[in-house]
Amino acid sequence: MDELKFYTYIAVFGTFGLYFAIAIWARAGTTSEFYAAGGGITPLQNGMAIGADWMSAASFISMAGLIAFLGYGGSVFLMGWTGGYVLLAMCLAPYMRKHGKFTVPEFVGDRFYSRTARIVTIICLIVASVTYIIGQMKGVGVAFSRFLEVEYDTGLYIGMGVVFFYAVLGGMKGITYTQIAQYVVLITAYTIPAVFISFQLTGNPIPQLGLGSTLADGSGVYLLDRLDLVVTDLGFKEYTVSKMGGTLNMFAYTLSLMIGTAGLPHVIMRFFTVPSVKAARASAGYALVFIALLYTVAPAVGAMARYNLMNTIEPTAGQNLDYEQRPQWFKDWEKTGLLEFSDKNGDGKIQYTADATTNEMVKVDRDIMVLANPSIANLPNWVIALVAAGGLAAALSTAAGLLLAISSSISHDLLKGILTPDMTEKTELLTGRIVMSVSILFAGYLGLNPPGFAAGTVALAFGLAASSIFPALMMGIFSRSMNDKGAIAGMCAGLGVTMLYVFQHKGIMFIPGTSFLGDMPADWFFGISPNAFGAVGAIVNFSVAFIVLKMTQPAPQEIRDLVDNFRSPHGEIAESHNH
Amino acid sequence: MENKNTYWQENLRLILICLVIWFVVSFGFGILLVDELNEFRLGGYKLGFWFAQQGSIYAFLGLIFWYSKKMNALDEKYDVE
Repeated sequence: MDELKFYTYIAVFGTFGLYFAIAIWARAGTTSEFYAAGGGITPLQNGMAIGADWMSAASFISMAGLIAFLGYGGSVFLMGWTGGYVLLAMCLAPYMRKHGKFTVPEFVGDRFYSRTARIVTIICLIVASVTYIIGQMKGVGVAFSRFLEVEYDTGLYIGMGVVFFYAVLGGMKGITYTQIAQYVVLITAYTIPAVFISFQLTGNPIPQLGLGSTLADGSGVYLLDRLDLVVTDLGFKEYTVSKMGGTLNMFAYTLSLMIGTAGLPHVIMRFFTVPSVKAARASAGYALVFIALLYTVAPAVGAMARYNLMNTIEPTAGQNLDYEQRPQWFKDWEKTGLLEFSDKNGDGKIQYTADATTNEMVKVDRDIMVLANPSIANLPNWVIALVAAGGLAAALSTAAGLLLAISSSISHDLLKGILTPDMTEKTELLTGRIVMSVSILFAGYLGLNPPGFAAGTVALAFGLAASSIFPALMMGIFSRSMNDKGAIAGMCAGLGVTMLYVFQHKGIMFIPGTSFLGDMPADWFFGISPNAFGAVGAIVNFSVAFIVLKMTQPAPQEIRDLVDNFRSPHGEIAESHNH
Repeated sequence: MENKNTYWQENLRLILICLVIWFVVSFGFGILLVDELNEFRLGGYKLGFWFAQQGSIYAFLGLIFWYSKKMNALDEKYDVE
């Protein structure tokens, strides 16, 4: 066994051992502990857990790679996936915590005094969470197959086993404490290579500052200026100004991600675990601190990875790398098929340009940038091993949070709340565990047989949350008179418009060939890409809801009193464990 | 009831102030005015680019903590218990 593999085994199985130990220590004994960790998590702990819950395989592995190739256009992910926390902290979390229930559908059902509203929310929640979880399962499989050189399937089974153990046993309590450990693992794994690379390139070890510094090669040129020059020389778009679509598309995309973030149930749920309204507000702040630690480093990782990649292939302008002398990481990633070279002009050298007819780097998968980054920069093997453990921590922690959101909405909302309300707590706890086990198997099955629409799913998850759940929650809190009919009509309209738009451009259920308008920017509504359409769906939702409200009876007095009660932190604070 | 109403009004005013800043730093500086701001620099960063990839996130952080602090003070002011 070589040294890298040895370190990787230690890092991966060492961290897994830690998660197991935590799971045994933090078993859940009651439904309150299972759904909301007994309401006894401190804001700091909760912030860390939210950080791990939120930062998925997409944040850890894909985002910096996307930024590396999109440049300025990649900013939509940075702003979109952080700005939602401002909305959560001010507009949603405190009041939903005050209301004191376990789940998002329960809140919607109470506020809009309607079973139908609750069921619509359950459906939105399950579709959003399931689509999201497929990506996490794939992430687990890929990380295992690349780093431990086991089969993708085997990797997936190991991942399922680990999640099964701590999520089913510990519920929200076990998941929360495990996520705290996973946060520490993932942030260390993300930051250490970034610090090394920033120091190598600019002499400044802090990546956020390194990105704005001059290169350490003595030229006195700023890193970003050099990068702009290198990429434009080869015909690529200028790194620091290239937009993603037009300005309107970037605007809508950022807004969709922000309100989608604020509407994703597995994140909102975490605010039910803290003891008070005050703690809910503080949690959002701490969560963003921990998220920002990664999100402000990511642009540095992206830009520096791009720079290193370009520099490896063409160390000085016109002097291209001999294919025979390509470095080891190049060979490793070629084996995975994520990196492909084709010597079009037969000169034995690598030409990497924006022009498809002369470009010889036929395939450079964006996802490899973070994983290959330490090797590209010649960092020691233990750093590379750490990145493997970090990627797995990111994927597993998000998968666990999503599984909990799914299982609580089925066992607590659908079974206990609607179908069999006289279930005892013990039965409910057991049901919760069974539902979670089934969800893990289902998610694993989807990970093994990714449906054709896997690529579009993350966009769909955000679009759904943005166009259905977020507006319903906002109107429930900020409008005392919004009634059941308005909310339900709004959710259905927002959801319908968004899905229609996504399907007409990406195919019905993403089946190729069924898209009746074509996936061409020219056909997009005002140039807004399907991924960015959740914001438009949300506007439709709000408009329809208020029109319907005008034509029907406003919410009755007891609902207005309920709203007044959760708007104020005083008075009776419903304790989670009284339910 | 009187108290509750003014508490909520003050809360709404705070939220509005925060959301205006939230909008200006991200959608304003980071997207709508990015080309204009890129004329200025912050070290090696073009200013608009910096807001989009760094500055807006720091501003979000500041906003949440400022709002929390203000709301805690408001909670105490209206504490009727």
